[in-house]
Amino acid sequence: MKKIYPNAAAALDGLLFDGMLIASGGFGLCGIPELLIAGIRDAGTKNLTIASNNAGVDGFGLGQLLETRQVKKMISSYVGENAEFMRQYLSGELELEFNPQGTLAERLRAGGAGIPGFYTATGVGTVIADGKEHHDFNGKTYILETGIIADLAIVKAWKADPSGNLVFRKTARNFNPPAATSGKICVVEVEEIVPLGALDPDTIHLPGIYVHRIVQGQHEKRIENRTTRKKEA
Amino acid sequence: MWDRNQMAERAGRELQDGWYVNLGIGIPTLVANYIPEGVNVTLQSENGMLGMGPFPFEGEEDPDLINAGKQTITELPQTAYFDSAQSFAMIRGGKIAMAILGAMEVAENGDLANWMIPGKLIKGMGGAMDLVAGVGRVVVVMDHTSKHGESKVLRACTLPLTGKAVVNRIISNLGVLDVVPGGLKIVECAEGVTEAELRAATEGTIVD
Repeated sequence: MKKIYPNAAAALDGLLFDGMLIASGGFGLCGIPELLIAGIRDAGTKNLTIASNNAGVDGFGLGQLLETRQVKKMISSYVGENAEFMRQYLSGELELEFNPQGTLAERLRAGGAGIPGFYTATGVGTVIADGKEHHDFNGKTYILETGIIADLAIVKAWKADPSGNLVFRKTARNFNPPAATSGKICVVEVEEIVPLGALDPDTIHLPGIYVHRIVQGQHEKRIENRTTRKKEA
Repeated sequence: MWDRNQMAERAGRELQDGWYVNLGIGIPTLVANYIPEGVNVTLQSENGMLGMGPFPFEGEEDPDLINAGKQTITELPQTAYFDSAQSFAMIRGGKIAMAILGAMEVAENGDLANWMIPGKLIKGMGGAMDLVAGVGRVVVVMDHTSKHGESKVLRACTLPLTGKAVVNRIISNLGVLDVVPGGLKIVECAEGVTEAELRAATEGTIVD
């Protein structure tokens, strides 16, 4: 089965439907699937629920899908960078489910690993624990969180081989592997597709079993918060 | 009274050789500039990195290399990268010795509020709830009072909690307090601050 597709539209063809749950990789604007997000915008799919640590910024990343009102609900840990998000949320147009960052990562990982729920101490005694099952283990209280199985996972990797084996680069890995595994279908965009055998099997970060479609393209890779130091003279 | 850098310097003295530590956004980030000589700590960035280096030189920024505050950073010879699930597995699993975080309010029982102000500030908790629930020790660096002079070291938090009974030590612009059974214990006063001033600025119960 051929996994490589010529562009984002082709890679998403037949996978999108209104009201679906999409898991997206990325942290801030780092390692986001920017081509596939643009592809979903162009496809016009509506009433999306998106599990993603962040919601992009105004006009870039997932912020684009907010502008077009394609998103019904976000499952995120931090949305502070997006004025349009705040506007839609405060006016009641957009639903928001805050998940602690590690809980979100583990929900995606668990969903992909066939684990329907897990107990965590994160959020005990806070609003996050409201309505959730509490259970004590060894004298400490934990809450039950559920795994997420997404209709579609969209992720960004550095390199792929034609079998879908992936290598990520530096902190652009972040939520991409757990998001990828949570998807019933996973579409990945990469900077480079290398021939079979070009990736050292010992250094593959995510094996191709989790990857169904691959598209290669040019990435803007916008920097959100450019911080530098001066070279000493 | 301590300024931001003096608070960071004081927090730096909490670090112990060999520790893996997570620094929050704001003043806690400055603690990286005040790691005492001879103390070797590895900084964790919860977006998937151990061994966080300094900011890059101009022109050497890499969009694939950022910290949890989305700032461009650099790697070190001991750096390791991993995904977000692995990152929080080490946090939840108690492998991180200490987190130094900012706070909006802290209560005398160690309750921490630092993630939202209902109706005003809705940004999210990020990794803070996971950190306070998972790491070995939580040190909070904060201003002792609000701009209007109201204490932020309280009997009980008024804002939604980040964690219940999670704070071990408070380092404020006025001094250092520990959360102990029954309330807060004064560890030291900041330069030029009397114990009476520290007590007056603290709403929470101080125990001797």
